[in-house]
Amino acid sequence: MKPISFLLNGVQHNLTVDETRMLLWVLRDDLGLTGTKFGCGEAVCGACTVLIDNEAVRACFTPMSAVGGKRVVTIEGLAHDDRLHPVQEAFVKHVGFQCGYCTSGMIMGAHAMLLKNAKPTRAQIVEGMEPHLCRCGAHVRIVQAIESASAAMAGGAR
Amino acid sequence: MNNENDLPEVPEGWGFVQTMDRRDFLKLTSFGLLVICAIDPLLGMAGALPAQTSPLAAPDFNSFLHIGANGRVTCLVGKIEMGQGIMTALPQLAAEELSVPLSSVDIVMGDTDICPTDAGTYGSLSVRVFGPILRAAAAEARAVLVQMAAERLQLPVSDLDVRDGVVVSKTDRTKHVSYGELTAGKRIERRLEGQAVLKQVGAFTIMGKSAPRRDALDKVTGKAKYAGDIAPSGALHARILRPPSHGATFVRADTSAAEAVPGVRVVRDGDLIAVLHAHRDEATRALALVKATYSPSPSTLTHETIFEHLQKVAPEGRASGSRGNLADGEKLASQVVEQTYLKGYVAHAAMETHSAVAVVENGKVTVWAGTQTPFPLKTQIARALNLAPEKVRVITPYVGGGFGGKSTSMQGIEAARLAMATGKPVRVVWGREEEFFFDTFDPASVFKIRAGLDAAKKIVFWDNVIIGPGERGSALFYDVPNHRTLVRSGWSGNTGGMHPFGVGPWRAPGANANVFARESHIDVMAAKAGLDPVEFRMRNLTDARMRRVLEAAAKRFGWSPKPAPSGRGFGVACGIDAGTYVATMAEVKVDKGTGKVQVVRVVCAQDMGIVVNPEGAAQQMEGCITMGLGYTLAEEVRFKDGVVLDTNFDTYELPRFSVVPRIETVILDSPDLAPQGGGEPAIITTGAVVANAVFDAVGARVVQLPMTPARVKGAMKG
Repeated sequence: MKPISFLLNGVQHNLTVDETRMLLWVLRDDLGLTGTKFGCGEAVCGACTVLIDNEAVRACFTPMSAVGGKRVVTIEGLAHDDRLHPVQEAFVKHVGFQCGYCTSGMIMGAHAMLLKNAKPTRAQIVEGMEPHLCRCGAHVRIVQAIESASAAMAGGAR
Repeated sequence: MNNENDLPEVPEGWGFVQTMDRRDFLKLTSFGLLVICAIDPLLGMAGALPAQTSPLAAPDFNSFLHIGANGRVTCLVGKIEMGQGIMTALPQLAAEELSVPLSSVDIVMGDTDICPTDAGTYGSLSVRVFGPILRAAAAEARAVLVQMAAERLQLPVSDLDVRDGVVVSKTDRTKHVSYGELTAGKRIERRLEGQAVLKQVGAFTIMGKSAPRRDALDKVTGKAKYAGDIAPSGALHARILRPPSHGATFVRADTSAAEAVPGVRVVRDGDLIAVLHAHRDEATRALALVKATYSPSPSTLTHETIFEHLQKVAPEGRASGSRGNLADGEKLASQVVEQTYLKGYVAHAAMETHSAVAVVENGKVTVWAGTQTPFPLKTQIARALNLAPEKVRVITPYVGGGFGGKSTSMQGIEAARLAMATGKPVRVVWGREEEFFFDTFDPASVFKIRAGLDAAKKIVFWDNVIIGPGERGSALFYDVPNHRTLVRSGWSGNTGGMHPFGVGPWRAPGANANVFARESHIDVMAAKAGLDPVEFRMRNLTDARMRRVLEAAAKRFGWSPKPAPSGRGFGVACGIDAGTYVATMAEVKVDKGTGKVQVVRVVCAQDMGIVVNPEGAAQQMEGCITMGLGYTLAEEVRFKDGVVLDTNFDTYELPRFSVVPRIETVILDSPDLAPQGGGEPAIITTGAVVANAVFDAVGARVVQLPMTPARVKGAMKG
């Protein structure tokens, strides 16, 4: 057990935890943030994607030792004052989901990609989202949503 | 809340799934109009339509609608939302027939204490078969309310109309009364007698128009709750000891090391050995400390030897369709084509693993489960715990994908048993390896098709022996005077030890394999005949609905006739599922060096009768085609000696973004036909359309799914 401090969705957290535990289960079981999903446990599906210092990471494969002193953003931290983030808006508009289970990870992955490359081409979107699995087959609409979010953000949407 | 007697307020236009308990609901219903419907939903799910409603005799009342004093309508349905969009479509049906704004309708789903009994959410039945029941209930409610308004306003029923939940005089608009005013303080029970008069297509204002999905905001904000997200205070996560292989038998287990871990509790309840901890990951670590011994599985089958095994052990079977006489047909044939088609086992692989949470309070067990079958699960839990059925409640939150795989919900029984054993709330969230191990796979299949053409290039006989998938999708809608379809075993059950593990319903059960085999063979015959595949189909097809769908697909695709292989990489396949007719065309590119197939474009045309939510229907078609590319190109469960070798997505390849083609959907205007299935039909043609396009591209016929690069290369070598 070790004290670990980090910023989670803009709020300072000081936890004393086994630093070999994975961030996913600390988020879900210790902190009650269940928007981040468990899908595979081996960093091969993307459902647990969160941002650490603006980089997309797989929470199921990120030990708490890697979180200390960092800024963590989960799906719960993306909307501000009940205003959806443009990526969330675009997922609603284009229906970039069906069952919704991969959606948190998809949105966080897309958000991280757009932070790095605000105007990705369609091919870059496909490449960037390739590690994310969706079983329902919402892919076509997810790509449209990311294109649309990119355009909205270029137009000034936050 | 406008009135303490009304339903809890929910955000405008939003459904809710778990905000009410039965006591509150019964209290509420005593102040509103409750439409009692005499249909046995179990019958309904099996295919009965409202025409079969009988005068109410049994005490088993089922209520589908609640109309509150504030005018809000609540649909109560035993179905569940797993992404297919019925949480959005079903309220459209109710709003249409009631003549209320869609935004005033809420929906409660899959709660066994509140919703009417339902056999399960599968088979594309929700809109097709349950829809008419819900519409009939809503139409009856509307008629009752208009009668009540006539009495209140002292006007004849014929003078009254309903607009947005307000009954208004046609001749004097100042005379009106709202549904809310009519129901306030009254309890009225009416039975559906005879057939309710449903609105005609031309009068629709809500059905047939795309409605925004009710689950959107929940799902993009992470607020949507799935079973594994339910976290009652003091709950423990359970990880369960599993055998290493199918057929292995338990010998002994030493749990002492796990028990020594602080915060860990071990439960041994008969065959169930579980390690529990407040945190799932810590329970997982402790489970790894359990030293268990199993005797090995007697199974020696592998994913390669299975096809031979199936042919050996499958039962003799029965003819599912036949006409004329095969021998007579063969005499007419100038060319005979025989071919064997194979397809491997396919996993459901929903992104949410089987999950459930159970709480025991005052002798009653409440289980939140990710399940397609909450009512059967309730019965199974009651049986497993030896409880009266009323002591078990199953609540279904959002389900993270089902595809048939959550028709069985063993995790719900496990959570209930462990909650009973520990006296604590218990969460069971299967790991991905458990998901692959206990999945009821889409069965491996073998087809032997022998068919003949006459000099006029008409099919004169067709003999199809099917092992594995059952008959769904096998129906021969081409004009063949002499044919036989022999079905040796179906997708449910495991006759004669055919399969080394569980098999079960997988999105359009059996139809994916059946359509792959039939439509591949039709193309083989078209090539033999030297005819364009569309022209060959048309020559052998008089079914007007199928012809129309095929023409629509060809028009959108821009199909120009050329016998295959034309080098263009164009393919076509047709099928019928859940009452819906589908014709799909695809364009593929094949890398001749590696054998890798890239699907570039898919056009899918569908006649599904009246469409309730066109946008939702298109989403299902796109999802079907995308998911279908998995079993078509890459998905195949590998196993050896009872061990499932694929345990996660590192080796079991789902379709990723780079696999997905441009998809165009065409939904035919079909106002004279009641709504048909939407969640499954468009997946059934995927295997065949790609196989046929691959043949058109490179002249190689791939007869085994999935069409891995190695198999495509193999076919190219001949």
